[in-house]
Amino acid sequence: MSRERPTGDISGATSELPAHHRTDLLPAPAMTPDATLMRALLEASGEGVVLCDADGRVLLANAAAVRIAPDAIPGLPTSSAATAAGPFAPGILGAAAALFDPASLDAGPVPLDPASLDTDPFPLDPASLDAAAALFDPATPIGVSRLTVHGGRTVRVRREMVGPAHQAWFLSEVAGEVPAGARPLSPAHERAEFRPVSPAHERAEFLVEAGHRLSGSLNTRRCARATAELAASFLADAATVLLLPDHRRSHSWLRATAWGSTVREGEARSVAELPELTDALYGYAAMPHLRIDAARAPGWLLPEGFGQAAHLLMTPLPGNGTPAGVLVLARREGAPPFDAAAESLVRAFAVRAGAAIASALLYQEQSATNAILTEDLLPPELPVLDEAELAGSLRPSQQTDLIGGDFYDVCRPSPSRPGVPRDELPPGAPYGLDRSGMPQGVDRQDAPYAAVRLDVPARAGMGKDAPLVVLGDVCGKGARAAVLAGRIRHCLRTLLLVENRPERLIALINQTLLATPASDAYATLVLARLRPGRAGRLLIDVAVAGHPEPLILRADGSVEEVSASGSMLGIDDHLDLRPVTVELAPGELCLLYTDGITEASGGPVGTELYGTNRLKEALATCVGMPISAVVQRLEEVTTAWTSHGDKDDRALLAIRARPLPERHR
Amino acid sequence: MTDLALVTDLSTAVERYLQHIGEADEYGAVDLVLALLDDGVPAERVLLELIAPAQRRVGELWAADAWSVAREHAATAVTERAVAAIATRVRPTPRFGRVTVACADGEYHQLATRLLAEVLRLRGWRVDFLGASVPAPHLVTHLHQTGPDAVAVSCTLTTRLPRAHATITACQAAGVPVLAGGAGFGADGRFAGTLGADGWAPTADAAADLLEAGLLPSFPAASPGGPPQPPSPDYARLVAGRADLIARTMRALTEAHPPMASYDERQREATADDLGHLTDFLAAALYVDDVPLFTDFVAWTRDILKARGVPPAALALGLRLMRDQLHDLPQTHPLLTAGIHTAQSPSRPPANPSRPPANPS
Repeated sequence: MSRERPTGDISGATSELPAHHRTDLLPAPAMTPDATLMRALLEASGEGVVLCDADGRVLLANAAAVRIAPDAIPGLPTSSAATAAGPFAPGILGAAAALFDPASLDAGPVPLDPASLDTDPFPLDPASLDAAAALFDPATPIGVSRLTVHGGRTVRVRREMVGPAHQAWFLSEVAGEVPAGARPLSPAHERAEFRPVSPAHERAEFLVEAGHRLSGSLNTRRCARATAELAASFLADAATVLLLPDHRRSHSWLRATAWGSTVREGEARSVAELPELTDALYGYAAMPHLRIDAARAPGWLLPEGFGQAAHLLMTPLPGNGTPAGVLVLARREGAPPFDAAAESLVRAFAVRAGAAIASALLYQEQSATNAILTEDLLPPELPVLDEAELAGSLRPSQQTDLIGGDFYDVCRPSPSRPGVPRDELPPGAPYGLDRSGMPQGVDRQDAPYAAVRLDVPARAGMGKDAPLVVLGDVCGKGARAAVLAGRIRHCLRTLLLVENRPERLIALINQTLLATPASDAYATLVLARLRPGRAGRLLIDVAVAGHPEPLILRADGSVEEVSASGSMLGIDDHLDLRPVTVELAPGELCLLYTDGITEASGGPVGTELYGTNRLKEALATCVGMPISAVVQRLEEVTTAWTSHGDKDDRALLAIRARPLPERHR
Repeated sequence: MTDLALVTDLSTAVERYLQHIGEADEYGAVDLVLALLDDGVPAERVLLELIAPAQRRVGELWAADAWSVAREHAATAVTERAVAAIATRVRPTPRFGRVTVACADGEYHQLATRLLAEVLRLRGWRVDFLGASVPAPHLVTHLHQTGPDAVAVSCTLTTRLPRAHATITACQAAGVPVLAGGAGFGADGRFAGTLGADGWAPTADAAADLLEAGLLPSFPAASPGGPPQPPSPDYARLVAGRADLIARTMRALTEAHPPMASYDERQREATADDLGHLTDFLAAALYVDDVPLFTDFVAWTRDILKARGVPPAALALGLRLMRDQLHDLPQTHPLLTAGIHTAQSPSRPPANPSRPPANPS
């Protein structure tokens, strides 16, 4: 053993003290401070100290460390991966504890009692290896404390570098106390010890608990986790749930053990190595459980360090027509085999677990389909525009879906839009809408539709790439209304390829709604085309159809109503549209909203309508606020007004002329 | 830079940050936090030792009537941007499971929840942040779709406790354990236990520690600490008769308090609003059976009204008239009597941390 070490460095002073060299406890050569003194100091510490060499091999663990983490064994590495390679000397831990007992330090070196090696067997089972690996996680950043649960205790762990090559782990038990005042309120789930299945009431209790835990979730992973945890708590030492492959084509698995609180997850690329698994997953739907020859079990099926299972039982989890997955139960050497009673309990449990996972799978599939179908009906993420700032909020009344009859959208009719090769079309090519499709109620002279070409007339071309904001409200609520709203949004995007004047667009949408077979295809909406004005001002061409007039918040805090008006869409082909153009100075704001805001009933007396006046007053207090804060505040105020639930969808969309850049600092 | 130097820097930085957000100076605020990150200050410290204290000061300034509601909202909006900037700059690798973070229904104070979401993300969780006022059905749908290991539910106003209770119960029924947080659950978290949450944490880092230590059960316990006591039957009757109670109290107040006669529409509405808040706190106090919940709010209202020039006697009178109207709901009487005492007693720093004490500056 080398005597060379960094002088005065505790890591150097103790690095020669692997536990199995007990005779080395003689005082080190005279140096400052004295090694024995240092060790006594270390032992007196209430904080656990574990010193490791560069390879993570434990050189020293003081008494506090051994008490907190009996798995920190001098001479052995902290990492279970490395440990699995080497044999363990039984009893070494007891000896190590004695070695670092302060009392024994006082009495001088302790001669090793060879008998203790045999009489104090400390079985180093895979469980404690797992636990040690979690405690001495090599990914722990240097100098950062973290809390972890180890052997039922909450332990604060910190890793430090000591000298160039050694590292130390500092452990302190946070006894009964939880992090900085936080606390768990329900008793942490206590795992039942593995018990041989015999008393009928125990089995009944287990099935009741299983029913309770499996019934709540409609999430596949949560159901599989519950299945694995329940099985590991009562039926086996380790339980793995293997699920049918999803679109990724690999089988995901979750595994719980009777000793650890963490559930491991992984993916099995192939199940072919064990033909019984393939049979259970893809074969006869009502296949009974199977005992498997443990020697043939693939590595991923059992926890790391588990060794060879003594008993392995595989049960399909019955699903809807096909199995929902497979449950593999493993019992260790020394545990009783799966007897008839255990097998019947496993079967009863598998039926419940399979039904839960199958329902979850069905729900996940349906909600995935639903998500795809409703994707276009959700409010869009608002784009960042050069012309103006935007913020919106949409609160549907029907709370299970996020969709409803109120909607907003922002369209940018840019020539570079994908799929709109404007430039490639021959000039003058008609866009295909003939006279029969021409909207009524719009002055014909003003609407030479048959002649409208993709190179739109100069007058209409004014601001032809100007973004268009729409906010509307279709008749009805929920999914049916949302579908019509989605149709209007889609229709508008298509129309924008050829027309961008808000009043014309409204007339065309009206025609579309009139042509819709549904009897109640009515809608109100407001269209706003944004154009840059002079000196940072913003011009908004506003057309309103049967919709509450937008409000304008001026820089001085006054609030105006935009005087545009027009009738509701989908009723009559005559529309009396009066569009206007408003001008906003930098920082001024235009608010579009639906009647769900002003017709929200509530207030102190419960039945009063919120009304336009209150909205104007609330808006007047918003001068100088960032646009997102304005929208959030108005939503909050109206939500507070309807304290007993929304009866109608509510939508808000604010447009603000970009404020002039401030010179701060 | 030493650790000590960083500590000093952050406390002075709070003042500078507060100045930026007070002027709605987004660029100044964002530049400040990004500069701190560049100096090596951990993102979690920037969130919890710079942004959180600054936002607490914003609340204090508002309560002291030094800042308007608009200025408070503007400052908070700027802070949202600053937090977003931090989130974009720092991208930790996920090490743990998945957590959903949401404000209970009707709960609009989302900033603290946002800070929690960011701290969890920084610590290596996969976080779904659902934001302000999440109705229980939305939240449960999300839980089924994503299957998180835990859901953190925030409630900053005690009046929202009954709704928060519905949310907690719904999440647990979906098999996901609930970590409760926010001043609404009481400074000591006592209402989190009353309402059957699986865990409670006073701060974002404590919540992260709790989750990291695996101290939440993997599934909500069948009946944590036994079933919660059903609220007094007077609770439901008080809530159902809320609008009527306020209307009758308003009439009685107009008769008993002569200055009321000259109130304009806006002042009358503000008074009705105050009565509404008192009723909501009274209902919440009945729901969780807790007298200080009500008296703390009365004390806070008394101090706020005083700051706005309304004498405490008016508040005591309002409470007394309210008690007269509620003769058929006897369980509200001890609460209202305690409230009247509080309204008449001299100011003291209120114990309700969701409404910090007035701090003139």
